[in-house]
Amino acid sequence: MVNLKINDMPVSVDDGVTILEAAQKLGIKIPTLCHIKLDCFHVEHRCGSCRICVVEVAGRPNLAPACCTPVLEGMDVKTNTLRAINARRTMLDLLLSDHPKDCLTCAKNLDCQLQKLAQEMNLHQVLYKGEQSTYNKDLSSQAIARDLDKCIMCRRCETACNVVQTVGVLSGVDRGFEAVVAPAGYKPLNQTQCVFCGQCVLACPVGALTEVSYKYDVWKALNDETKTVVVQTAPAVRAALGEEFGIAPGSITTGKMVTALRMMGFDKVFDTDFAADLTIMEETTELIGRVKEGKNLPILTSCCPGWVKFLEHQFPDLIYMPSTAKSPQQMFGAIAKNYYAQKLGIKPEDMVVVSVMPCLAKKYEAAREEFSHNGNRDVDIVISTRELADMIKEAGIIFNNLEDSKYDDPLGESTGAAVIFGATGGVLEAALRTAADWIAGTDVQEIDFEAVRGLEGIKEATVNVAGLELKAAVCSGLGNARKLLERIKNGEAQYHAIEIMACPGGCLNGGGQPYYDGDTTILEKRKEALYRDDKDQKIRKSHLNPSIQKLYKEFLGEPGSHLAHELLHTKYTPRKNW
Amino acid sequence: MSCTCDKMPGNDNLIEAYPEKRAELEAYINSLPLSDSPDRNRGFLIQSLHKAQGVFGYLPGCVQLYVADKLKLHLSEVYGVISFYSFFTEKPMGRYKINVCTGTACFVKGANKIVDEFKRFLNIQEGETTSDGKFSLGALRCVGACSLAPVVMVNERVYGNVTAKLVPEILNDCAE
Ligand code: SF4
Ligand code: SF4
Ligand code: SF4
Ligand code: FES
Repeated sequence: MVNLKINDMPVSVDDGVTILEAAQKLGIKIPTLCHIKLDCFHVEHRCGSCRICVVEVAGRPNLAPACCTPVLEGMDVKTNTLRAINARRTMLDLLLSDHPKDCLTCAKNLDCQLQKLAQEMNLHQVLYKGEQSTYNKDLSSQAIARDLDKCIMCRRCETACNVVQTVGVLSGVDRGFEAVVAPAGYKPLNQTQCVFCGQCVLACPVGALTEVSYKYDVWKALNDETKTVVVQTAPAVRAALGEEFGIAPGSITTGKMVTALRMMGFDKVFDTDFAADLTIMEETTELIGRVKEGKNLPILTSCCPGWVKFLEHQFPDLIYMPSTAKSPQQMFGAIAKNYYAQKLGIKPEDMVVVSVMPCLAKKYEAAREEFSHNGNRDVDIVISTRELADMIKEAGIIFNNLEDSKYDDPLGESTGAAVIFGATGGVLEAALRTAADWIAGTDVQEIDFEAVRGLEGIKEATVNVAGLELKAAVCSGLGNARKLLERIKNGEAQYHAIEIMACPGGCLNGGGQPYYDGDTTILEKRKEALYRDDKDQKIRKSHLNPSIQKLYKEFLGEPGSHLAHELLHTKYTPRKNW
Repeated sequence: MSCTCDKMPGNDNLIEAYPEKRAELEAYINSLPLSDSPDRNRGFLIQSLHKAQGVFGYLPGCVQLYVADKLKLHLSEVYGVISFYSFFTEKPMGRYKINVCTGTACFVKGANKIVDEFKRFLNIQEGETTSDGKFSLGALRCVGACSLAPVVMVNERVYGNVTAKLVPEILNDCAE
């Protein structure tokens, strides 16, 4: 233990703790900007570049950056001396002198940490004027927009991409005033191995990294009389959307969201959860088939386009491993356009499928060539949870006052198994529930597979599925996925089934979710909300979803049928690893 | 999978074109005490790039990628280092590398005029190489010979008190 004083208050902390953490323990807030700590994933970004967190340490000639200065016995720290306040203001002032300051029209307006600091630090004018760096905007991808005029070189995105995800797209390049964070050779993102997970967007404190927005495209579609516009909402969206309206994190707002979507003018409001159940039907069939034959194991889940692209780039020799089942988003699109449109008696090209996703990679996924038929995309437009909130606000809908309403039939019916797709471990658990019933031929009662729940990066479990011992692993965050895949490649680990999600914690922490600026307790709450929602459902197994059963009876035949393969399965392409 | 390095910036596939050079670089890197951990290998990046540039003359995408793979680092990180140090170059350099010092002293004493004169004579811009591969033109920040300002370096040779008039003479010195 180390004893010190901060603002004359004594505190004892462990060795190696920083001044910042010691101050937090006392409830003293020291402003930070470049620093970020994601407790539940054991990640800390401490590059010390911004110097916003400087404090006075008695006996030291220089101010010390609190975020990266370890405490020492007897230290006497003052956080608010005039010198510290002035130094922070100067730092901020200098940062702002090379910043566009177009907050009013910035995509991060009111979500920006720099803006918040300027407000908290009562900075009312920018003293320094000078040259401003300008770069071309990178709008090359369907998912992520880079506007480096706004970059403050905190390099949080680098930690997200290189350390957490180990994708390795972003790096500080050039130096001095020209220094900027970019892919090798300044290549546009769509020519790199970027998987569009958007973890860098969540990490970026300013408007330098944002999503490519499709809000206007949705408004256009909604106002096109000739189109039937249907919307699907992903599982994780309902557990986070409320945060954008000041509702406590961890609240499920499905009912209000459905009402809002109807008010916005969608012809039908459906649920990606329906398609998640469908995914389980196809994927579990494949799982049981592969386990019985003992071939091509382990089977890897394929719901996450970020993870799929990672595999294509980084482990091209393993592309036979993932299930060929499309992701729920794409299955939904295929069924909406090829089954539901027929039911309505309209042509697929007269239907617009909009997705609301917690995810930025879904924007890229929907645009992948495999998911178009005769120039007609399965999913036409993808917006994020944040974009939906923006649109609800733009439409003048008072979200918090809305009554609950229910999804439309038939593509709105779903089960508890589908809801947990939004959390890491959920897809596997849903598959195990169905597998257990199918193998045992009965309605198995033990359906809570606790061992695969929780936000840890890698979870392993040997589960007894109706007498069959299945070795399973669940993995979230691509750095963890890499570790696991290396072990499989080297023959150090054997599994039957593995669920992998690109985002640490799963889709509840997707790149399109409300910003939480390092407060990972919010993620825990989203997770708990999803499992609560599962518990609250009458039906908690995918294959018992009546609308799914009807879909197979009326249209698809059996899981894995020829038609199912045509509409619901896909293939993967090896890609270069940079 | 076919190699797509040709999509990298300023790229010639030197690794495939010069197997003996590749072997030399490979032998060098293999002699380093590398490990499986990128964190440890990072310490060997600069010397590996130094060697690579010594062997190939410059560092196009394929060479960067080769070094990155050998050291188990991401390409972006390698590129970050190359773009940081002005010593490293992604483009082939001329046999005579002309560098005009534009540090404070030389700048004050008219280094810009000298740069302009070289540009005019060689018909290239700063950072470019003549099409015959003989000359490349660059700028340096202070070579520590301020008393001789303005200073021009051609490969290892230093010219002091240079004026625009001396430019043709300097070029004449560069016999094949
Ligand atoms: S989206 Fe993901 S892979 Fe792409 S640059 Fe950002 S963190 Fe890296
Ligand atoms: S892009 Fe954003 S996260 Fe990355 S260095 Fe710039 S400001 Fe920081
Ligand atoms: S984990 Fe979910 S949110 Fe993240 S990239 Fe994959 S599908 Fe998208
Ligand atoms: S927050 Fe401490 S240096 Fe940036």
